Amino acid sequence: MKPFRIIGRSIRDAFKSVFRNFSLSMASILCATITLLVVAISLLIAGNVENATNNLKDELTIVVYLDKSASTDDADFIENSIKGIKDVDKVTYKSKEEWKTEMSEYNASFGTVFENYEQNPLMDSFTVTVKDVNSLERIATEIEEMDKVASANYGEDTVNTIISVFDVVEKVTIVVVISLIFVTAFLITNTIKLTIYSRRSEIEIMRLVGSSNIAIKLPFVFEGFIIGVLGSLIPVIVTIYGYIIAYERLGGHIISDLIKLIPPYNFVFLVSLVIVGLGALIGMVGSLMAVRKYLKV
Amino acid sequence: MKFIELKNVNKTYSTGVTALADLSVTIDKGEFVFVIGHTASGKSTFIKMLYREEKPTKGSVIVGGVNVAKLRNGRVYKLRRKIGVVFQDFKLLPKLTVYENVAFALECLGVSASEIKPKVLKAIEIVGLKEKTRSFPHQLSGGEQQRVCIARAIVNEPKLLICDEPTGNLDPDTSKEIMKVIENINKELKTTVIMATHDKEIVNRMKKRVLLIEHGVLTGDYLKGSYKSHEAV
Ligand SMILES: Nc1ncnc2c1ncn2[C@@H]1O[C@H](COP(=O)(O)OP(=O)(O)OP(=O)(O)O)[C@@H](O)[C@H]1O
Ligand SMILES: [Mg+2]
Repeated sequence: MKPFRIIGRSIRDAFKSVFRNFSLSMASILCATITLLVVAISLLIAGNVENATNNLKDELTIVVYLDKSASTDDADFIENSIKGIKDVDKVTYKSKEEWKTEMSEYNASFGTVFENYEQNPLMDSFTVTVKDVNSLERIATEIEEMDKVASANYGEDTVNTIISVFDVVEKVTIVVVISLIFVTAFLITNTIKLTIYSRRSEIEIMRLVGSSNIAIKLPFVFEGFIIGVLGSLIPVIVTIYGYIIAYERLGGHIISDLIKLIPPYNFVFLVSLVIVGLGALIGMVGSLMAVRKYLKV
Repeated sequence: MKFIELKNVNKTYSTGVTALADLSVTIDKGEFVFVIGHTASGKSTFIKMLYREEKPTKGSVIVGGVNVAKLRNGRVYKLRRKIGVVFQDFKLLPKLTVYENVAFALECLGVSASEIKPKVLKAIEIVGLKEKTRSFPHQLSGGEQQRVCIARAIVNEPKLLICDEPTGNLDPDTSKEIMKVIENINKELKTTVIMATHDKEIVNRMKKRVLLIEHGVLTGDYLKGSYKSHEAV
């Protein structure tokens, strides 16, 4: 029973002290809110980027055109060579005749254009899918160097840009988030330091009458915890409602059907859980730093 | 019966000041002992050894069978629960009433409210403050505030009551009353009392055992002693 009473007392004291130094607590809570908001938005974006890259991976293909002089044997040989390259997933052959019919079916005007040619102006091709987006460039270069290959293209520029932009965004976000976490922890440390200061006579008496170290430290750890959790409230609300609304407004995808958004349910709750957990963690780490530094027990 | 035993205790502070030098003494259960000496002679340091506020540089300090000098920091609280401490400055919490101040000592040990109440009321009665239970410290006289401190020190029924100049801030009449309270605790509750003081009148009148410390050295140990028994002080 005793431990429970001590914990109960600590929680009560922690709440009291959050409200007693309200303006100070508010500064810490606000800082935690901003940090966690940024983290929440980053997580929502990162989750979707990850998801989109995975989806994109399936769509990303290298289109290989063969020289006009390439024979069927050449085509077979090239197909096998491509299959032998590392990270290649599937290779599909499409002859120039197939291209022609397909294009004519797609748009009748193509058909009229093709009729003006005596020979089929198109080329035989392979469509290559890969297992790893990052290997696109290497595989394309390797194929292009093969004999009788006219060209091997993928949406080089777009894909490269997308990947490098994602990369930069990711790095910047990580730096910003880590700095914000430090600032928040520091502010919470300061808040707790002031609480410790304002309660120093109480602490002195507690020590004198024989409170255990844990009983003395616990209220401050709870105070940090409360600040962190209060700081996560707004970010959680923004995460849940913001994402659901955004998802519905956008119809579940951005820019094109190609980039699908992650469905809100479970995803928003998962992110919220991370946010609350992170808030509590920052709060407790902040208060533990203060306790270690300013509470000589 | 031996209760406290200091053996060859030395205390040198980090500043290089030697506050206690080769001090050995034993105190029995239920004794009432004054510790006297000039200012800076080492009285408070002696007292602090007992409740492990300071550790000796050398020697052993045994309180109730435990060598306090070797007690790990994390276990000091167990010792403190068996000792009541009273100071010259009252160290009361200004926002709490008399009752709450005394109850505080038990609350932070996790004692249940139903157990707290009778103990607190009894302690307040012993120090004679029954009428002021709901008063706040600023509504009390110095003597009354010191009574609250004593009540808080004894509420957990300690075996040892340590007082460092408890009457230092009080006028002679009030001091007398406070001493009556402390003497009563010693007699009725059989609590061992160790008290550092400058107050010649009290020491001379009460005829208790007196330890005289000079420059950190125990130079006198008189049963039924008084200041007169040592002219230098
Ligand atoms: N925490 C400390 N750090 C360094 N020196 C200290 C400390 N506490 C006490 N001293 C020194 O130790 C010596 C003894 O001090 P102590 O407080 O024990 O004396 P005292 O007999 O209680 O004096 P007083 O009658 O004035 O209360 C003094 O010289 C004092 O300056
Ligand atoms: Mg002193």
